[in-house]
Amino acid sequence: MTRHTLSVLVENKSGVLARVSALFSRRGFNIESLAVGPTENPDLSRMTIVADAEAQPLEQITKQLNKLIEVIKIVELDTAAVQRELLLVKVRAPLADRAQVLQTAELFRARVIDVNTDTVTLEATGTPDKLQALLAVLAPLGIKEMAQSGTVALGRGPRSMSGAGTLRPVERSA
Amino acid sequence: MSTTSSTGRTAAARPSSAAGPAAGPAPGAGPAPATAVAPSEAAAQATLGVETTARSMAEAAAEPVTGITGAQSLVRSLEAVGVEVVFGIPGGAILPAYDPLFDSALRHVLVRHEQGAGHAATGYAQATGRVGVCMATSGPGATNLVTPLADAYMDSVPVVAITGQVPSAAIGTDAFQEADIRGITMPITKHNFLVTDPDEIPQRIAEAFHLAGTGRPGPVLVDISKDALQATTDFSWPPRLDLPGYKPTTRPHGKQVREAAALIAAARQPVLYVGGGVLKAGAAEELAELAELTGAPVVTTLMARGAFPDSHRQNLGMPGMHGNVTAVTALQKADLLVALGARFDDRVTGELSSFAPHAAVVHADIDPAEIGKNRKADVPIVGDAKATIVELVSALRAEHEAGRTPDLDAWWTQLEDWRTRYPLGYDWPEDGMLSPQYVIERLGAIAGPDAIYASGVGQHQMWAAQFISYEKPGTWLNSGGLGTMGYAVPAAMGAKYGMPGTTVWAIDGDGCFQMTNQELATCAIEGIPIKVAVINNGNLGMVRQWQTLFYEGRYSNTHLNTHGGKDGTARQVRIPDFVTLAEALGCVGLRCESKDDVDAVIEKAMAINDAPVVIDFIVGSDAQVWPMVAAGKSNDEILAARDVRPVFGEGQV
Repeated sequence: MTRHTLSVLVENKSGVLARVSALFSRRGFNIESLAVGPTENPDLSRMTIVADAEAQPLEQITKQLNKLIEVIKIVELDTAAVQRELLLVKVRAPLADRAQVLQTAELFRARVIDVNTDTVTLEATGTPDKLQALLAVLAPLGIKEMAQSGTVALGRGPRSMSGAGTLRPVERSA
Repeated sequence: MSTTSSTGRTAAARPSSAAGPAAGPAPGAGPAPATAVAPSEAAAQATLGVETTARSMAEAAAEPVTGITGAQSLVRSLEAVGVEVVFGIPGGAILPAYDPLFDSALRHVLVRHEQGAGHAATGYAQATGRVGVCMATSGPGATNLVTPLADAYMDSVPVVAITGQVPSAAIGTDAFQEADIRGITMPITKHNFLVTDPDEIPQRIAEAFHLAGTGRPGPVLVDISKDALQATTDFSWPPRLDLPGYKPTTRPHGKQVREAAALIAAARQPVLYVGGGVLKAGAAEELAELAELTGAPVVTTLMARGAFPDSHRQNLGMPGMHGNVTAVTALQKADLLVALGARFDDRVTGELSSFAPHAAVVHADIDPAEIGKNRKADVPIVGDAKATIVELVSALRAEHEAGRTPDLDAWWTQLEDWRTRYPLGYDWPEDGMLSPQYVIERLGAIAGPDAIYASGVGQHQMWAAQFISYEKPGTWLNSGGLGTMGYAVPAAMGAKYGMPGTTVWAIDGDGCFQMTNQELATCAIEGIPIKVAVINNGNLGMVRQWQTLFYEGRYSNTHLNTHGGKDGTARQVRIPDFVTLAEALGCVGLRCESKDDVDAVIEKAMAINDAPVVIDFIVGSDAQVWPMVAAGKSNDEILAARDVRPVFGEGQV
């Protein structure tokens, strides 16, 4: 299996997320993460879908997605694309361990967003790998709770999916 | 010509007194309130439209009006889009729509079960090529449409379903007769809408018809909340279509077409593998031209029967699990498959890994997702079948002019040898009972190639696909992809409505017939004289065949007691008795139990044109469908008959 990141522009309408997720489950495609949010155009939302699939099933995924009426455009982002996830993690941080928590946060350029006598909550962004590494270092200290977003991603360079000089969409044709 | 005056239509613009907010009727699925509502003056004038043609009705409906209800807007939209007939059943949430429908020139056929409405819309669409329309109320009315929508989705039939929904404020509260029909039908429709704003109604209806009928056709559901139907709105036509993500590719890519033509010109053992897409595209004439130009054999799948005349020498017949030996084997031995509007369904390919192992594949389909889904395509072509075939013909002419014409003589010698040695055939039942294949064969011969045949699902369906000669598009209707038992009677009803001058036969099994025969009441009352041949073997025949072949004859729950006593019991029972059942439903009921009577009873049914007719053909229980490729087996393991394995002769091909 290989990891593919699909950036999907969809109409900003109710039910689109249900359609996309239902399609993945019905066709037996595996989603690693899915993130939805607004775009520069209020009529469109962007779904960033990370899927684990070989090339042939991936082609089916994009073709089936393209068949959804509310899907406007699909681009598979290459590995050079900027890919980020957001992590919020509440770490056990009694006075004795607090320095280590803060030092780790600094190493990973994580920000402290909440502190109390027992815990520190950190906010970190980065690639999935970086966040995994952060979690690995924090784990021995005691992770009380965490929330992590799916990947959001944009291609590098001046081109965009909707503006001039657009990125080449995954072919609708075969 | 139009007899509708414009005043008639503009008068209808005034809010009808009958269409105010309904505090009255209980939101049950029951009939309209018993107290008759006097039609308004406007409504009375609008009924002038009854004698207008669909076209003039559409023109009249397209005039803009203000201050009408959402329900009136819905009916005007349906008129404007050119709908001729709606199959449906009213109920609480859809009730507002039925009031302006009462005055409309478009006809509503009151079916007896919503499943009947859905299949009728499908049969209508398959027979006429137009979009079929069905209507139901919220909750159970809508969920009863699920099966026909799934059926239409699998077979790519253009259908628009309109359902009432509980008032928008009640959505999500588990209100009476609430079901999330949009959510339920997401995976079985091409697209669906929930409309809660009355101003959106014309646009959504226009979009629904556009989506259903263009590209790869399919069912579209429009769910409209009751408050949207009751609220006041303005109407104008045509609305703007807002479907930025919908751009079906219809023109094939020239380079791909030329590559395909080059492969065809070079092939020694090509087969044109023709699917239902050719019928959907209305490309039968173009296909005939391509076939004759190539000289290649043609196989027509279950969904494509009638796309190419069965009487044509190049037609090898149907491939697949119950395809004939020559058609199946031609695919297996081919060096080139030209798949046109076909989708390499498992019932055609058998075990995929051993399907047509030597063949290069040209795969033309309007749906890019079909290409490469099951079988890798060497030359993929995305496009409408008609446009693709037209361009293939001209590209192939260029190949021929360049001197590249294939010699298919050896291939045809081989094919003719198989055809001679392994023709379709059947044995008469050993118990002396009537042969179901004979009945169907005679039916096809007597009713002829101009009739429309709609079948249910099972043995009778396969025999009807095998033993009737289809010569014309739109004469064979069946549930291919979903395999919906109960499809035949309502589909025949829809087909007959759309093609009133054509004889329409439903060929049904005793199992299937018991699922949807209530629509015969609709046929009798609405004046839709279909004919039904019940191939009554007293069993769920196809399941019984599998029990015979794969479960040591352990007939678990397949005996239906419709044509005799259960094995070992003395009393002969027929429950139900299809003859008296037919009569109870307002039809003529006939029965046939012997070979000598077959022709006479069919001819008698053919002579009755003022009522639906049901013939109960009592046939042997043990007849089997052959040839057969067992489920999951390779097509190479086709059996021509039980325990009869064709010998293809090594080195012949």
